Amino acid sequence: MKFTLSWLREHLAGDYALEDVTATLNRIGFEVEGVEDKAAKLKGFSIASVLSAEKHPNADKLRVLMVDTGGGAPVQVVCGAPNARAGIKGVFSPPGTYIPGKNITLGVGTIRGVESLGMMCSEAELELSQDHDGIIELPVDAPLGVAYAEWANLSDPVIEIAVTPNRADGLGVAGIARDLAAAGLGTVVTPAVMPVAGAFPCPVSVGIAEGAPCPAFALRLVRGVKNGPSPEWLQAKLRAIGLRPINALVDITNLLTFDRNRPLHVFDAAKVAGNLVVRNATAGESLLALDGKTYALDPAMCVIADDGGVESLAGVMGGEESGCDEATTDVLVESALWEPINIAQTGRRLGLNSDARFRFERGIDPAFTLPGIELATRLILDLCGGEPSEVTLAGAIPDNARVIDFPLGLTEKLTGLVASDEEQVATLAALGFTVSGSGPVRQVTPPSWRADIEGKADLVEEVIRILGLDRVPSTPFPRDEDARKPVLTTLQLRTRKAKRALASRGMVEAVTWSFVPKAQAEMFGGGQPELALANPIAADLSDLRPSLLPGLIRSAQANADRGIGDAALFEVGQIFKGDRPQDQFIAATGLRRGTAKPDGTGRHWSGKAQAVDAFDAKADALAALAACNAPVANLQVSTDAPSWFHPGRSGTFRLGPNVIGHFGELHPGLLETLKVDGPLVGFEILLDRIPAPKAKATRVKPLLELSAFQPVERDFAFIVPRTVAAADLLKAAAGVDRKLITGVNVFDLYEGPGIDADSKSVALTVTIQPREKTLTDAEIEAITGKIVAEVAKKTGATLRG
Amino acid sequence: MSAATLPDLDALQRELGAAVDAAADEAALEAIRVAALGKKGSVSELLKSLGGMSPDERKTAGPAINGLRDRLNEAILARRTALKAAALAKRLETERVDVTLPVRETPAETGRVHPISQVVDELTTIFADMGFSVAEGPDIEDDFHNFTALNFPEGHPAREMHDTFYLPTREDGSRLVLRTHTSPVQVRTMLSKKPPIRVICPGRTYRSDSDQTHTPMFHQVEGLVIDKGSHLGHLKWILEEFCKAFFEVDQVKMRFRPSFFPFTEPSMEVDIQCDRSRPGEIRFGEGSDWLEILGCGMVHPNVIRNCGLDPDEYQGFAWGMGIDRIAMLKYGMPDLRAFFEADVRWLSHYGFRPLDIPTLAGGLSN
Repeated sequence: MKFTLSWLREHLAGDYALEDVTATLNRIGFEVEGVEDKAAKLKGFSIASVLSAEKHPNADKLRVLMVDTGGGAPVQVVCGAPNARAGIKGVFSPPGTYIPGKNITLGVGTIRGVESLGMMCSEAELELSQDHDGIIELPVDAPLGVAYAEWANLSDPVIEIAVTPNRADGLGVAGIARDLAAAGLGTVVTPAVMPVAGAFPCPVSVGIAEGAPCPAFALRLVRGVKNGPSPEWLQAKLRAIGLRPINALVDITNLLTFDRNRPLHVFDAAKVAGNLVVRNATAGESLLALDGKTYALDPAMCVIADDGGVESLAGVMGGEESGCDEATTDVLVESALWEPINIAQTGRRLGLNSDARFRFERGIDPAFTLPGIELATRLILDLCGGEPSEVTLAGAIPDNARVIDFPLGLTEKLTGLVASDEEQVATLAALGFTVSGSGPVRQVTPPSWRADIEGKADLVEEVIRILGLDRVPSTPFPRDEDARKPVLTTLQLRTRKAKRALASRGMVEAVTWSFVPKAQAEMFGGGQPELALANPIAADLSDLRPSLLPGLIRSAQANADRGIGDAALFEVGQIFKGDRPQDQFIAATGLRRGTAKPDGTGRHWSGKAQAVDAFDAKADALAALAACNAPVANLQVSTDAPSWFHPGRSGTFRLGPNVIGHFGELHPGLLETLKVDGPLVGFEILLDRIPAPKAKATRVKPLLELSAFQPVERDFAFIVPRTVAAADLLKAAAGVDRKLITGVNVFDLYEGPGIDADSKSVALTVTIQPREKTLTDAEIEAITGKIVAEVAKKTGATLRG
Repeated sequence: MSAATLPDLDALQRELGAAVDAAADEAALEAIRVAALGKKGSVSELLKSLGGMSPDERKTAGPAINGLRDRLNEAILARRTALKAAALAKRLETERVDVTLPVRETPAETGRVHPISQVVDELTTIFADMGFSVAEGPDIEDDFHNFTALNFPEGHPAREMHDTFYLPTREDGSRLVLRTHTSPVQVRTMLSKKPPIRVICPGRTYRSDSDQTHTPMFHQVEGLVIDKGSHLGHLKWILEEFCKAFFEVDQVKMRFRPSFFPFTEPSMEVDIQCDRSRPGEIRFGEGSDWLEILGCGMVHPNVIRNCGLDPDEYQGFAWGMGIDRIAMLKYGMPDLRAFFEADVRWLSHYGFRPLDIPTLAGGLSN
């Protein structure tokens, strides 16, 4: 919403400055988005006359002017404008002036050997227009030495405010003035509306079809008008707020839209056939609107039609065919009320924005329907002459009066602000509310223009908004007396810990879009129709992600394209398996590319880093799982990872039937489809799937048991078929004696010459920890024998000869 | 052997002493020791001869020979120590590395946590200290939680303040949305928990908007207090305390402006005092500029009612602010879009080391 300071003064008398207005507007909830103050911008530009203009001695196209600036001796100015000549008056700027159109500050210059002590300006240099063909020529009677902006009436600052959707009444200058006055700035002097008597009955009748979203429709004919350009004061007013003057009749409707928040419409009566009817459109109807575009209408949209069809889109925009132009002599003036939701939906479906729609969908003052048409009539008679008919009104002006019981103590209860009863009542009254009753609870009737006021909380807002939020006392808010407990849920804590654990492994946390292209959603196990956005912002941001991997893969490639091929990225975030809340999971996912190993990347004097492999991803996943307190020792690894992993170099983490996640090398075929260079290794784990920690009665750790006896280590080299999992050997060995065997690990792995092509050698080291006494050789023999037998039984392994 | 046949002990000592001093290594020294003090060694033989002497002879020869033996032992020991030291010195002379060679970087130094994660940890720390816990909700929301319960009537222009992403229309005509704000978590919290309620809800939010300062996805943190007496003055205090703690300044001026949100009444926007006079730099707690950082207000009675509570009994306040925005302000990150581009150069520069965990004891960002 834009208006000028002088426009505001038409409604608000008082001794106030621009700064008072902007500060008060901000304070009462009309956020000032900008002030355009041409006078301030054009300070320093003054009216001057050219005394003489001689050809520049060293340049054909330049002239040397002597300029009378209205004070002191004439000033020498070098000027290239073709119209620079003796006797004209123009706009002069001395050295030191900021020239907005050129974004420079003028200095004293010497142009081709002649000193120039200022400039005669073009309109473009003052940002008044695009015109830079010559210098500004002013009438010869323009007063010498006077500030140009002041003389040219440019010293009227334009204020732009943001009006929140609840405050339709702030979309008219009169409404803004009322709020400012209530806040103590000036007195409202908005002129009262004087009805204009009709000389004859309105010859055109209006019918409102049943079900049409139109409570009331007032119409009046003014005949014998002379339309044409509106007077300069009206054109200037509209131009100042960015509107284009059209003709007097149209300009009057635009003026009242912004002055009183009363959108109106004018039909050229000669182009209206028969009577008007307000009805819903029928399928197939369309309208060529005043913006020159044709809109296809549907039965949910309300129109104003005559015998010839649709003439206007109700509350949104008039039709081109029945619009007023300079030939109009008889004009029908419409002042109507529309149901806000219908107007909003119509405008949204047609993608049609207008000043009328903007107001009607917010809900304008129903009580101003008839005053609006009277005011318009008065302006038409003043500017265009003519003879008015009586007003015909279809429907009825709705009475939206309602009484709200307002406990005055609620203000302090909700805000802490202490205001006297008198102060509160006076504030509401100043805003147009009617307050009656006495005692602690008053009866408050909101004014007709405040449809947004529903209940007592709204009244509290009105009171504190006007009294000033700075009066709300900052009040300490102590924590309750409950014992301090963790404030994070298990999942939140895991999210946090997983991030820090992965970053500690040299990985960098990315935050990628929750959306991926459909094809990628499908590739990574998603792509369900219910997870495809109905209105994606771009084709490659179309579906909710089923996995964090596509985003990370794309990021890794983007980094590689920037020359960072050894990237280790991770993300911990939401993935979507369906559209229900329980289908959203938190995944921790990592990706390594090139030689981005945990202990260093690239070449180094101590040894070149190898390419990343599935075990890096496995270690990353286990680190994150361990940080989340997952029972890592109990995890099983199976070789059935999803299709986006390399089938031979990937695994699935399980806890019983529960799949916790996957890891491995990404499938080379998939990378090719994605046009991504591999190899890439990654993992994805679902933090929601980690079993919940058991509640513990105490934080005491189990007692440490230290054995007095030295542990014994024994090594075994087994030959097994290549298909046998090392985990099975470890499990078999560890299971022989759970009390004495405290550790089993693989210390060597060999495939190649000396061993069957189908076999491999797996060397285990087993730690035996005596508990009660040192073990005899025979006892150790017995255990190692059992290990060999058990591993052979479970896996078919034989001891390497 | 008699005393008369005893050799010249002084000469012998000089001879043996010279040999010890001349021993080039421990092996030569050992040979000398064996030749003198071994079973058949020359000094050992002299000691044995004491047995065949008369007591008088023994009285003078005994101390002399024993003295010789002791001095010889001392000399050998001294020589051995010297030889060992020399050998070690010689070995150390050859054992050298160039300690100026660079080592591999520690992974914990190269890894980074995203600024959003860090800032969420920071603000959680601050609000936890004020007794708030952390609530969450799903990104895919229904119309009820995202709009209706929050007092956005169907068709109301306020809905248009949110450029909403929709999922496909379902059989019953309804359609789910990507939450346009974290406020639906307010509703979920009130529906599932009895007051008193003090929660913050950080999370991801979506609007179909993309330009220099808007991304289709961004992050908000919501705050909610519901009890029987918390009012706007408390909210003011909380926000002031938060801003001081978060921006790590002693004082910060805030400006509360009336505003409008469907789910709060009264509603306000909050500006924070700052100094933007230095190009590309914002300082908080000083200066004469104002920067909008959040919206807030008293929870609207309709919202309280929609969540099954009696607005005449319960009241409270809520606020919402952009996590990305306050992160940008605090740490001087110029471009929002870079947050989501996963450029390792940007992440390494603006990200945080994993061990820099915000704490109240150690400071949020130290």
